[in-house]
Amino acid sequence: MHYLAEGLRLPTNALDYTILILYFAVVLGVGFAARRSVKTSLDFFLSGRSLPAWVTGLAFVAANLGALEILGMAANGAQYGVYTVHWYWVGAIPAMVFLGLVMMPFYYGSKVRSVPEFLLHRYGQSSHLLSSVIFSVASVLIAGVNLYAMAIVVEALLGWPQWVAIVVAGLFVLAYITLGGLSSAIYNEVLQFFVILAALIPLTVVGLKRVGGWGGLKDSLESSHGPDFTSAWGGTGIGSANPLGANWLTIVLGLGFCLSFGYWTTNFAEVQRALSAKNLSAAQRTPLIAAFPKMFIPLIVVVPGLIALVLEPGIGSEKSGLQYNDAIPLLMRDLLPNGVLGLAVTGLLAAFMAGMAANVSAFNTVFTNDIWGAYIRKDRPDEYYLLTGRVVTAIGVLFGMGTAFIASSFSNIMNYLQTLFSFFNVPLFCVFIIGMFWKRATAAAGFWGLLSGTVAAMINYFWFYKQGVIAIPSDQGANFVSAIVAFVVGGVVMGGVSLFTTPKPVESLAGLVYGTTSPGMAEPPAAGDEAWYRKPALLGWGAIILAALCYVPFSL
Amino acid sequence: MSDEYEYQHQVEELEQKSATAARLFDVRRIIGGLFVIYGIIVTIAGFTASDADLKKAQNININLWTGLSMLVVGLLFLLWMWRRPAIAPEPAPEPPPGPARPEDEAA
Repeated sequence: MHYLAEGLRLPTNALDYTILILYFAVVLGVGFAARRSVKTSLDFFLSGRSLPAWVTGLAFVAANLGALEILGMAANGAQYGVYTVHWYWVGAIPAMVFLGLVMMPFYYGSKVRSVPEFLLHRYGQSSHLLSSVIFSVASVLIAGVNLYAMAIVVEALLGWPQWVAIVVAGLFVLAYITLGGLSSAIYNEVLQFFVILAALIPLTVVGLKRVGGWGGLKDSLESSHGPDFTSAWGGTGIGSANPLGANWLTIVLGLGFCLSFGYWTTNFAEVQRALSAKNLSAAQRTPLIAAFPKMFIPLIVVVPGLIALVLEPGIGSEKSGLQYNDAIPLLMRDLLPNGVLGLAVTGLLAAFMAGMAANVSAFNTVFTNDIWGAYIRKDRPDEYYLLTGRVVTAIGVLFGMGTAFIASSFSNIMNYLQTLFSFFNVPLFCVFIIGMFWKRATAAAGFWGLLSGTVAAMINYFWFYKQGVIAIPSDQGANFVSAIVAFVVGGVVMGGVSLFTTPKPVESLAGLVYGTTSPGMAEPPAAGDEAWYRKPALLGWGAIILAALCYVPFSL
Repeated sequence: MSDEYEYQHQVEELEQKSATAARLFDVRRIIGGLFVIYGIIVTIAGFTASDADLKKAQNININLWTGLSMLVVGLLFLLWMWRRPAIAPEPAPEPPPGPARPEDEAA
């Protein structure tokens, strides 16, 4: 958790506040206007599976572009330099393409309403319940952490007391999701995506002019931090030291494969956006369309981090009183006049709210369908689950607000919790991928694979790394290694358990395992989907090639 | 068909009853509207920019450029919506009674 320094107060005026208030009004208006489209629980949780691909695609990228991500990646830029692009090009694009091309036919085609529900049909109740409970708890806590982080930023930038920010933002999120369900969450995410672009592009342009363009920025950084600081792969040979504390192998396997595939393909807050698309082709294109903006986000997030390092060389040190997380607020204060400044503040607050809303809308779906409706109150009429979804949303937000208040006294615990939950996605991905490609994987294997992989990652991180049993230079490096450990242990345990337990009958796996389709699932292609620019394979491979090309200027 | 696929029928039935496709407004109107309003406000701020504002933004009239760009983006969204309005799907026909359910996927 970060504490923004004193003296970051922005010189906001009435113009800036007009822009901010206008945005809050629109957000609430979207909730009220979306309300009349909510008739069934499917409308509330998955927008009736009816949204167009460009909307779900932009919501997919925006759900990830929360303020913690923006401030955090700018901070990584200032701390680690151009290495930060790995989180985007090797650490996101391949996983997003894999989700769209390989996994989406199983997710969308099997008509499951959530990621845990897929586990229920593929494996059974034990792994379903385990993943539903962990996901629900994690979403609420992460929503709370988001809210708390926002309160700190708002206090530093605008001078609002922390509790005001927590209550205002929490209640706005509560109102618009309870009213309009996922549709209003998604629409606000699309809106937030464009507002955040309108905030960060001017910031980057003015910042680059200040440091003499990209050439000037590169020269200053190379003279102060050495040539590797502006290269993506320089100094990442095995055994050579670099600020990231990782080598090319742990970057590619740990970040690019285990962590990234775990996050992008099994995190329901992301996958939910694709499941709300109107047909299989649109669902497949959701992460593929998202891949293209995702690729260029480092230009307006990591570059400002680098600029901040040139303008304030002491950033991140005790002496300056400035933390790496202050990079973007710092540039806002120094470079933006009123007007654009209001846009930037609005964009940042919008990103905080969208980050929280993504977690809340995923939480209400999993809790209502996969815990309440599956184990506690089964087989009620649909209206009952729609109402439950609304109540659960309100309870989830209130718990999140409570978490935010508690977090102010236990911020270290929150850090640990986040690390801890990040380890759960990797074995989840391992269980998914083996389950989708290996018919023999059994119900027991799913449960034990999930549990053992998670525990193994935690042992590696909290015991081997934190207690110094093995030497890894940085937290990030240790994260990458722990992810690899989680994946390998989960996979080995699954293989072992499967050999000694009875597999599910093949008939019950139709549509859930590679090479099978659900009975009667062949969907007729929608009109217009045969256009070349809507072909998932072309979009997917295009994104991979473009991401590889992005590396070229930073690798020579 | 076994109980295993019961949930799929539930989802199909809910898809039939769903109101989102028919009643949800077009998000392009919101993006377009907000960006036009923001564009106008920020452009005006650009026209009335003080010397201090200009100096702070490295002698770029950043409000003017941002405002005009947002205005253009907003108008493009409205134009797109006007040229290619979203077509609400026709209400799905009632499935015929009987044990053999036909595929009502096309809804």
